Amino acid sequence: MANPTVVDFGQPARGETEPRIVTRVSRFARVLRDNGFLVGLQETSDALQGLAGIDILDKREMRCVLRCALSSNKRDWVKFDKLFDAYWLGRGARRSRIASSGAMQTRTRERDSGGQTSRPSSPIEDYLKRIKGGGNDGAETASGEGRHAGASAAENIADVDIARIVEPERMDELVDLAERLAARIRFRLSRRRRLDRRGRQIDIRRTLHSSVSTGGTPIRLFRRRRRKKPFKLVIFLDVSGSMDQYSRFFMRFIHLLLGAFRSADAFIFHTRLVEVSTVLKERNPEKMMERLALIVQGWSGGTRIGESLAIFNRDHARRVMTSRTLVMIVSDGFDTGAPEKLAGEMARLQRRAKRIIWLNPLLGSQGYEPRSAGMAAALPYIDLFAPAHNLSSLAALEPELARI
Amino acid sequence: MMQRQEQIQQQLDAVGYVAAPQLAMAIAMMDQLQRPLLLEGDAGVGKTQVAKSLSEATGRRLIRLQCYEGLDSSNAIYEWNYQRQILAIKLLESADMDMADKESHIFDDEFLLKRPLLEAIMLDEPPILLIDEIDRADEEFEAFLLEILSDFQITIPELRTIKAKSIPSVILTSNGTRELSDALRRRCLYHHLDYPGESTEIRIVLAHYPDIEIALASQIVRFVQAVRREDLQKNPGVAETLDWAGALIGLDIKDINHDLELLHQTLMCLLKTRADHEAMAPEIIERIVGKVA
Repeated sequence: MANPTVVDFGQPARGETEPRIVTRVSRFARVLRDNGFLVGLQETSDALQGLAGIDILDKREMRCVLRCALSSNKRDWVKFDKLFDAYWLGRGARRSRIASSGAMQTRTRERDSGGQTSRPSSPIEDYLKRIKGGGNDGAETASGEGRHAGASAAENIADVDIARIVEPERMDELVDLAERLAARIRFRLSRRRRLDRRGRQIDIRRTLHSSVSTGGTPIRLFRRRRRKKPFKLVIFLDVSGSMDQYSRFFMRFIHLLLGAFRSADAFIFHTRLVEVSTVLKERNPEKMMERLALIVQGWSGGTRIGESLAIFNRDHARRVMTSRTLVMIVSDGFDTGAPEKLAGEMARLQRRAKRIIWLNPLLGSQGYEPRSAGMAAALPYIDLFAPAHNLSSLAALEPELARI
Repeated sequence: MMQRQEQIQQQLDAVGYVAAPQLAMAIAMMDQLQRPLLLEGDAGVGKTQVAKSLSEATGRRLIRLQCYEGLDSSNAIYEWNYQRQILAIKLLESADMDMADKESHIFDDEFLLKRPLLEAIMLDEPPILLIDEIDRADEEFEAFLLEILSDFQITIPELRTIKAKSIPSVILTSNGTRELSDALRRRCLYHHLDYPGESTEIRIVLAHYPDIEIALASQIVRFVQAVRREDLQKNPGVAETLDWAGALIGLDIKDINHDLELLHQTLMCLLKTRADHEAMAPEIIERIVGKVA
């Protein structure tokens, strides 16, 4: 195993503790980190090692080396050039602007209240601080300006009704937490077989393996639970006017869920149904929202859930549904179509789906009962009817999903 | 390392793989820093081919682990050959040996089935280890992989800890169908591979079909690149370009403008789904040919 080589860049200049290039690269790494790159000590060390093999005065070579060592994904890869130009060539955005604008990116990092320099605190720490901290945490965005409009800064962002979130920074906070929730949900739904003493199937491999120690005779029988094939996810999102406040967030949330699932399909509907799976696979969230906005332009009129599901059942279901499909419908249930139509289509959907989950933001309001004809008609076909007005309600879904 | 980068470019070029300087640098760094290289990009841009070409160019052995959902350590690292072990036990039953000897006979190298990851570290000459489509495996597998890629040693409880005889060059490829874990991304050097530019792709066609007319090669590449800009379900990759070029050469077509109907029939090389075939109606083909020919 190769030990990391000690890179020799010569003697540091007088008055400095390390060679200039090392300082410069470390600072560049910090700028990248502020811009969402995953860069730590190891990556910086790799970068320096790489630089040791080239002529560091050749900026082209340097760009190649640093880009390779310090990027981790396509987003980084694409952003890299601008940041490199700005830092090493003095072009483009001023350095100070990169650092501070970077801090408002999705992975916001809170500065320690002790005034230490930006050690990137882990997202878990942020979350805990917010729960415990109360007063100031939400108010202080990294740029230092307090914001109080809309959701009260003291409230735990996970409990705030999504419709009330107005400022982009708070939305980013929410999306950050949603990202982790999406990862957990994905983990739940894709667990492998587990050793289970009371399982129905005999685990041949373990049994044989253990039989070696009993002279080749399988005395101990190991069993396992039947392996569950992973779920396929199909999501329907209502983008009509009444859902407007929520659908923006849900598009981001679905975007994250889809990123985690290998095979998932997404559809939006209002007066009719459109598949948006490819649009939601777009990595860049802003671009994704733009593309979605273009699709829904010009849709108006009352929501027709039944019609939309009919389109799905007719044109897409055969291609998209497997025996282990989990259907998730996100809608407030307001429907201008005939309730019988909706009921009929839900029945057809239920025949193909393993489970149907309906998320309704209105369930979060106290006193709401699904009395609207549409919602009532759909209810018998739904396996899990849950509120979805804030992140906490979505988080509460997670254990439910495990039981499915 | 600069020389190494140029050398790699030349070596790959010699076997028909046209690599951009950035990619050659990534490979050079992979070797020098002994870190795995993660290659990400759309299907068909040539990620898997890099490893194959590198193996061909350098003469190093290529060990390939094709990932899939449900891949686990017994398929990827090692497994005991239970059937033979049980046979051996039966045979040993009557033999006059003491227990410890019998046991060490059973748990011996000869009963160990070496899967790709174990094989890759047991060679005298460092091989190229291609871990293909890591995004098709699951997170659990990524964790196994990370351990191995950090220490390059594998512990087999009944046997011993096997330390690497040589450190392989590791290339991982991903189509981006799911998000890889941060830990894996940090462990690896990264390179995002896009479709080649026009002149590069023409060079690739020329490298594979040395006798083709440059004018035809140019038409072919420009056509395919235009098709990639249409919103197809499955974008044609570099392999498809080469297939199509081969088909056109075989049919003795010198100019794609010449017989549009025949051309349309050859498009099965580029269009792989029914929806795409339907989307590329004759009028659209005609329009594109008009632009590039």
